[in-house]
Amino acid sequence: MRTICALAGVVIKELYRRKDFYVLFVITIIICLVMGSMNVFNDNEIVRYIKDIALLLIWISSLVIAITATARQIPAEKENRTLLPLLAKPLTRTQLILGKFFGCWAVCGLMLVCFYLFFGLLSATREHQWPLLHYLQAASLHWVMLGVVISFTLLGSLVFAAPSSTSTICFVVAAGILLVGRYLDRIALSLSEPWRSIVYAIYYAMPHLEFFDMRNLIIHDWPLVEWKYIGLAVLYGFAYIVVFLAAACLAFRRKPVN
Amino acid sequence: MKGILKTDKLRVEYKGRDFRQGPKVALQGLDLEVNSGEVFGFLGPNGAGKTTTINVLLGFLPPTKGAASLFGIDVRQPIARRRIGYLPEMTYYYKFLTADELLRFYSKIFGLSGAEMDRRIDAVLNLVELQEARKRLIKTYSKGMQQRVGLAQALINNPDLLILDEPTSGLDPVGRMKVRAIIQRLKNEGKTVFFASHELGEVETVCDRVAIIAGGELKAMGKVSDVVAQHGTNLEAAFLDIIGYQPQPI
Repeated sequence: MRTICALAGVVIKELYRRKDFYVLFVITIIICLVMGSMNVFNDNEIVRYIKDIALLLIWISSLVIAITATARQIPAEKENRTLLPLLAKPLTRTQLILGKFFGCWAVCGLMLVCFYLFFGLLSATREHQWPLLHYLQAASLHWVMLGVVISFTLLGSLVFAAPSSTSTICFVVAAGILLVGRYLDRIALSLSEPWRSIVYAIYYAMPHLEFFDMRNLIIHDWPLVEWKYIGLAVLYGFAYIVVFLAAACLAFRRKPVN
Repeated sequence: MKGILKTDKLRVEYKGRDFRQGPKVALQGLDLEVNSGEVFGFLGPNGAGKTTTINVLLGFLPPTKGAASLFGIDVRQPIARRRIGYLPEMTYYYKFLTADELLRFYSKIFGLSGAEMDRRIDAVLNLVELQEARKRLIKTYSKGMQQRVGLAQALINNPDLLILDEPTSGLDPVGRMKVRAIIQRLKNEGKTVFFASHELGEVETVCDRVAIIAGGELKAMGKVSDVVAQHGTNLEAAFLDIIGYQPQPI
């Protein structure tokens, strides 16, 4: 565990000392602030649209940071040859994968705290309320969703050669799941065999990232979701994280690193 | 004397990109034994298989046939690397860390903590003369300083066996002298050093025994003085004779 924490600490330090996160954070804040200051036709409902766009920006920014940060972890270690002195130490490749995963996930958690704090402040200035539990439910599921994305990006980074191709493929897959994933069963019904079975298999096998999307809860001030359902969603996410990390460990286990 | 690094009929084949060609043999039946407390020079021309051997010893590359062990433990077990230090040929470290942070990170992997970790970090930084630059980011270091950080990380666990792959390549004469002095000091402390190099003069100065490989095969192994006596007037002449180098008329 100590080794995994040490590895995660280095990942956190690297991402903290790079500028990617700050750039995206500042851009998101500027866009949200500009939107937050708008008052179109004195319409009080405009705040919902502002919240919708601000949360969409937060989702896109968090996905971009999670995927780009994770995709370069192991390829960069190989390219810079920092992997050699590291693997010459008494650590297993499974520990390395877990250290990278927890490092990236922790950074995403910190980033979400910043984003949701900022969103809460922005929202509070317009609505004069602070629905903390709503934010907690939305942010915790958002974080688990990023865990799933990080784990499959880590697997992708061991399968595809270049970080850029891994980032692009993983971003397309994540966006595809979020936008189309929920409709795949209906699409399957309109297809003939064997495509119907293939699309159904994809529908049941893929992680449904949309389950973690609680933006409407905040936008429309819906009542809180029962905690047992939040717990089930978290377990569902953890199951996929375990599967993707196990696959990544298997892919990396016998791979020559010279 | 006890053999702490052993390879037994080690064979490594690489699959070629073209399936019509057979596999490329990098090592064929390599038998090595390095004894405790000696400085062992591992020599060979470019492409002879020196780095491949080191890659197998460190578990980076699985052997196609044969076996390798460190301290009697199969090199595929991570625990075999607990008592070793490794300095790769081209030294690259996390440029966003300082030397102090890098050494703390590696110390934690070896399970060091608290006062013991601080003491080891101070000791290795003193040894490689980087105390004053310890809080600077590694990206601001010169090549020689980066090589010395590499040596510091290789020594952080106070290893019994040090594996060095071309430790002085690309260094200026002062840098080389410093690295050589550190190796000499480690030898005096009774450490075992396995040392791949092209610098024959350096090898002749610091090594007790040498092995010379070419084309993935062991061509000669023994005390430096014996190898020189059998094959030439100095180690360079002996090396060229052993690898079968024929000078071409210009």
